[in-house]
Amino acid sequence: MKESLLLFSVITTLLYAVGTVGYLIYVIRTEKAIHRIAYGFLLAGFLSHTIGLAVLVGQIHQMPVTTLPQTFSLFAWAIVGSYLAFQLKFNIRILGTFVSPLAVVFMLLSSAIPGRVIPNSQLFKSFWLTLHVATMFIGMAIFALAFCAGIMYLLQERQIKSKNFGLLYRRLPSLEVLDSLNYVCLTFGFPLITIGLISGFVYAGAVWQSYWHWDPKEILSVVTWLIYAVLLHERLAVGWRGRRAAIMAIVGFSAILVTFVGTSMILEVHHSFKLG
Amino acid sequence: MDRIVLIGLNHKTAPVEIREKFAVVCVDTSGPLMNLTQMRALRESFYLSTCNRMEVLFTTPRLDEGISAVVGLLSNIYGQTGAALKPYLYTYIDQDAVKHLYRVACSLDSMVVGEPQILGQIKDAYRQATEAKTSGVILNRLLHKSFSVAKRVRTETRIGSSAVSISYAAVELAKKIFRELQGRIALLIGAGEMAELAAEYLLSNGVERIVVANRTLERALALAKRFNGTTVGWDELAEELRRVDIIVSSTGSPEPILNAKQVRQRMRARRNRPLFFIDIAVPRDIDPEVNRIDNVYLYNIDDLQGIVEMNQAERLKEATRAEHIIAAEALKFDGWLRTLEVVPTIVSLREKAEQVREAEVRKTLSQLGSLSDEAVDAIEVLTQSVVKKLLHDPILFLKRTSNRERKEYYLDVARKLFQLDLDRSETEEEEDQLSLDSDKMS
Repeated sequence: MKESLLLFSVITTLLYAVGTVGYLIYVIRTEKAIHRIAYGFLLAGFLSHTIGLAVLVGQIHQMPVTTLPQTFSLFAWAIVGSYLAFQLKFNIRILGTFVSPLAVVFMLLSSAIPGRVIPNSQLFKSFWLTLHVATMFIGMAIFALAFCAGIMYLLQERQIKSKNFGLLYRRLPSLEVLDSLNYVCLTFGFPLITIGLISGFVYAGAVWQSYWHWDPKEILSVVTWLIYAVLLHERLAVGWRGRRAAIMAIVGFSAILVTFVGTSMILEVHHSFKLG
Repeated sequence: MDRIVLIGLNHKTAPVEIREKFAVVCVDTSGPLMNLTQMRALRESFYLSTCNRMEVLFTTPRLDEGISAVVGLLSNIYGQTGAALKPYLYTYIDQDAVKHLYRVACSLDSMVVGEPQILGQIKDAYRQATEAKTSGVILNRLLHKSFSVAKRVRTETRIGSSAVSISYAAVELAKKIFRELQGRIALLIGAGEMAELAAEYLLSNGVERIVVANRTLERALALAKRFNGTTVGWDELAEELRRVDIIVSSTGSPEPILNAKQVRQRMRARRNRPLFFIDIAVPRDIDPEVNRIDNVYLYNIDDLQGIVEMNQAERLKEATRAEHIIAAEALKFDGWLRTLEVVPTIVSLREKAEQVREAEVRKTLSQLGSLSDEAVDAIEVLTQSVVKKLLHDPILFLKRTSNRERKEYYLDVARKLFQLDLDRSETEEEEDQLSLDSDKMS
């Protein structure tokens, strides 16, 4: 069983990697056919990833977040899934060039870090936990897209402001499209991580009889949530947009990475994903 | 045979003061250039006048007399003797005249190479010529050809589609800032050829409407009428920044007319929606500091020129391809012109009749099956004599045509009547006419 899981993981990583190469070629030769191939590889990777995750869930009978490698893998899955969905809806092909490397990085991290499947634990079986994990991962994945859109915005804006045009100027969409992508991600992602946080607190209350533990991860999560809350508020209230919104999306996602990866790897807290 | 002559001056040969003089006089349809029709040395005539050029195209049976008559007329407009004007004029004859007209129509001779306005200007001028009935068989065909050559160059080369012109570069930039130009409002401050071209370009790329601001209300109203837009008072200029998205500025003001503070103040009311300034004026109208404000983008004429320069190599390559097309088309026109003589027309008439006869005889013989040699000969003789008799009068008429005053006209009708020009069908001609009409509507 373990071998088959490893096989799925390797196949998925390879498919994502080929998709990423395709998307990089797409930057140089903007042809629809190249994009279709790259998108196809990502989609194939996503399907193989989904099967791998399903097998894993069937085996451990709980959400695949019991170890750090699992969570990285799940995160990569959520990122690719959200990108594939966004691409269908918004058709910003070049976004794939920025998103697909992220997926590969998380897949590689997932296989590089040692992890062992911990025994079946009642701790991971709860409606609230399932809700917490599902909303958090999809929300974070959507913020990963906003992060990529933010980087694309800053790249494009700098070219237009400085009047120095490089290869990417023609490839990147208009500033307004990138900015509205930022906004769309925010309107989808923010409710999701809000639900994620609340369900997390409810779960903590149920398991540890207290909603709040002054756990660094909890604090950082709330800080991250605040960053996005400020961004959303400013967008709606005074019409923040463009550069500032892009920077906030990048800062917000950095906070997510620190919260999600940093604390898990460095700090010994009860919330951390178990290292092997 | 009549000669085709083109006499003109443009931005390369004449300074702006001289071009102005002609531009003012020539827009008037009842102006002195209408005298062209009264010149006895000229048979057909056409003239084109824009801010950057003045071209007189005519056919004449007496070359020297025709040229000196036209130069004399131009000198009258200029208010000097012919000798004073001569250094600014160029004169092209026959094939060179054809080529020059094609180059002008394709915008290869324009100040901003590839700008599309010139074709519309030629069409307008040609419409005037047809209304005044100054153009005839040769110029009609030449001008129609110049439209189709321009169309061909436009579709087969990227002379007009790559960022060859400043306006084009500005619109391309606007499309990288805004998702689309539909529904945007542009503010035109001041006037001038470049600014008006840019405004026209913005409109044709989807900008919803143009708001015009000018120090003199009269001028503002005239421009607003031209672009179907509205005007705004000079004092409300800064306030207007709340509503508009793209600003094209080209005033003669020695000092900036908008500073960074004025723009920054309006950004809050705009909820930071992007603003795109295109400053064509020299000296500049918009304070360069404006570019440092978030969501505000300022491009002046040098910046835009920089983008255009970026494509210089590409443009040269495309221009070479366009020149190639023009040379080939000029040769084709020359070929047609040669057929506009009595002997070639008679020859092609006989050829056509013979072709028809042979084809019909072949068809009939194959249907009748085996016939005696005498019978076949009889059919051949019969058909030959029918054709000969039928063509006798037209050929006699054509031969007499040599001495007629409007020889080309009769030859042209004869060629059309028997459809002797295979490369140009009637439908094609109708299409040209239609495209001319549809331009008039828009």
